[in-house]
Amino acid sequence: MTFNTASFVIQVAALVLVLAALHKPLGIYLAHVFEGTTHSRPERLFYRLAGIDPGADQRWSVYLRSVLAFSVVSILVVFGLQRVQGLLPGAGSLTGVDPWVAMNTAISFVTNTNWQTYVPEATVGIFVQMSLLAVQNFLSAAVGIVVAVALIRGIVRTRTERLGNFWTDLTRTSFRVLLPLAFVGAVVLVLGGVVQNFWSADVANQAAGISQVIPGGPVASQEAIKVLGTNGGGYFNANSAHPFENPNAVISLFQVFLILLIPSALPYAYGRMVGDRKQGFTVAAVMGTLWLASTTLTGWAVAGAQGTATAAAGGLGEGFEQRFGAAPSAIFAASTTLTSTGAVNVAHDSLPPLAGGAAMVNMMLGEVAPGGTGSGLYGMLILSIIAVFIAGLMVGRTPEYLGKRVGPQEMKLAAMYILVTPTQVLTLAGITVLLPEIMANAPATGPHQFSEVLYAFTSGANNNGSAFGGITSSGPYLSVMLGLAMLLGRFLPIALVLALAGSLARQGKIPASAGTVPTHGALFGSLLLGVTVILTALSYFPALALGPLAEGLLK
Amino acid sequence: MNTLTGYLRQAGTALRFLVVATVVLGLAYPVAVFGVGQLIAPYQANGSIIRDGTGAPAASALLAQAAADANGVQDPRWFHARPSAVLWDPASSSASNLGPNEPKLLDAVTARRAAVAAAESVGEDKVPADAVTASGSGLDPDISPEYARLQVARVAAAHGLGAEAVGSMVEKHTTGGLLAFLGQPSVNVTALNLAVAAAPQPSQPAQPK
Repeated sequence: MTFNTASFVIQVAALVLVLAALHKPLGIYLAHVFEGTTHSRPERLFYRLAGIDPGADQRWSVYLRSVLAFSVVSILVVFGLQRVQGLLPGAGSLTGVDPWVAMNTAISFVTNTNWQTYVPEATVGIFVQMSLLAVQNFLSAAVGIVVAVALIRGIVRTRTERLGNFWTDLTRTSFRVLLPLAFVGAVVLVLGGVVQNFWSADVANQAAGISQVIPGGPVASQEAIKVLGTNGGGYFNANSAHPFENPNAVISLFQVFLILLIPSALPYAYGRMVGDRKQGFTVAAVMGTLWLASTTLTGWAVAGAQGTATAAAGGLGEGFEQRFGAAPSAIFAASTTLTSTGAVNVAHDSLPPLAGGAAMVNMMLGEVAPGGTGSGLYGMLILSIIAVFIAGLMVGRTPEYLGKRVGPQEMKLAAMYILVTPTQVLTLAGITVLLPEIMANAPATGPHQFSEVLYAFTSGANNNGSAFGGITSSGPYLSVMLGLAMLLGRFLPIALVLALAGSLARQGKIPASAGTVPTHGALFGSLLLGVTVILTALSYFPALALGPLAEGLLK
Repeated sequence: MNTLTGYLRQAGTALRFLVVATVVLGLAYPVAVFGVGQLIAPYQANGSIIRDGTGAPAASALLAQAAADANGVQDPRWFHARPSAVLWDPASSSASNLGPNEPKLLDAVTARRAAVAAAESVGEDKVPADAVTASGSGLDPDISPEYARLQVARVAAAHGLGAEAVGSMVEKHTTGGLLAFLGQPSVNVTALNLAVAAAPQPSQPAQPK
């Protein structure tokens, strides 16, 4: 398979153009949803049924408590019902899911990771897929968005303890944003060939003497929110490489578009909500630059087709689907790891070493270009605060961000946010490589074995969910360690973001002065870009050198 | 105490929220997509099932359908699909997940190259990459046009059809246009084999030219 550069460039350009065209209208709509004060009739009914007072304005600690309570309850429900799958409708011959696998899967879907230690075809039936896992695809995506909204409110509001109502935000985001977009997306997917039924079909090729049972299921409805909510958990084991999830190159490009749609429009909503659209454009420009740079790098690495086995095959092919080929696979691999998606249309484990390494770097950036739904924006805002702090040090002034002082308390929270994920990735991967019996679950040889482990923990702690699939993570040790990585990688940053939001909301607004570092424009954008890249390099370079760089550069 | 009751109240709200949300997002939504799908695109929504000459459902146009023995050796009478980590079983799907420098993959690729060259009676250098590499899903229905052309002589001989007739079937089942530009030109083996099966069989095998 050859790398079609013209096709690559045109697809990247098409994505940029379409997303740029939708940036403003969708951003306005999102801001409108988040700032809304009225409740529709179905929403009122929903609030009554769920026992919610939609007007209650929460402190940051209560907002966080709601996030945690909702997530813990979701994990317990998803775990418990998987365990008794045999009693549920649509399970067929399937029985309760193995406890370690069920635990890992429950955490995985609630944390927007969608790491799949299970083989869906052999493990979960229609009910578990449709009514447990796909529901978390909506809700975990919505949780990410509402946390970003709470942070924006913390920046905007002054002298208050209140950040809004988690339940109201969650309801609006789920039903006014995700549900309608997913529905439209799902219908397009069906038209393109993605399956949506509740039965399988018996077929027989009489001439060749082959009978097959063609699987069915509510695939399109799950697929749409899988990409739109940057979740990534496939209905089938092969994920978006499976022809029933991703039937052709047009649908593949459409899936990448859905992955990027909400994360790339959120900065506009942010600029609008803080009353300065230039802020949103700067964030969006930094995200877009990183996305473009990394996608190009991934394309270059894929086109390089490095590897002894690849050379023996006469080119790329292992792990690729013929209908996509090299360019769409590179675009998909970059976008799925630059967001928290983790869906794959090519087996990442078989990618050329530097392309696999690029996928890891994308996640290590903290998934901020444009990142997961909501998590990409709050990640970028934290990085902005670090960037103003550094700029403040350079000019010798107390840093401020949009009229809020960035004092010791705010900096501690931001610094911890930056540190928690790399700490987990490196510690957990470090412990794992010391355990030979666990390393046997990563069967690759040479530096690639370390890459499989590093990829797994990078993916888990960053809530991505893609994998170097050679690793077997269904045993107790890796189920628990990856479960831990996913939980801490999701909720520690969220707790820090909400604490920061609370701390910013309490402050009054400082008027901008001549010494204020502007947080928009090319200068600040470059600074933000530099901070993002340097922080990642400082944290992860040694680990990358032992894995993908060793494999890719020493041959 | 205050915090504990706060947590319990929140948990109660969470459970109620989850139940009501599941009714909408986990039942109504997929059923609505199902309804629309069955209405406007039943062929796609039900797995793109294609039928044979008698009208009986024969295959999914989207999934590989390989006549192969338990070792994965494909029947020489038909066009061969790409290698598969799951032996083309639609009840599962997977890639090999072997790294690009993995000795095991190198061995597999080398062995496949020799086998394909022998099956098609061509030099090993004529075997394209897709013929010797396992697909991402294990269910890839497509091969490259080069690999399809390589197989024309063998399949035509097995069915007593002219190589030209089979060659034009390959052309007919090759994607073009936008799909080929965004992805790459591909030949759908599943549909192609059904077309070969449905082709009028001459009573005598064609004379070698």
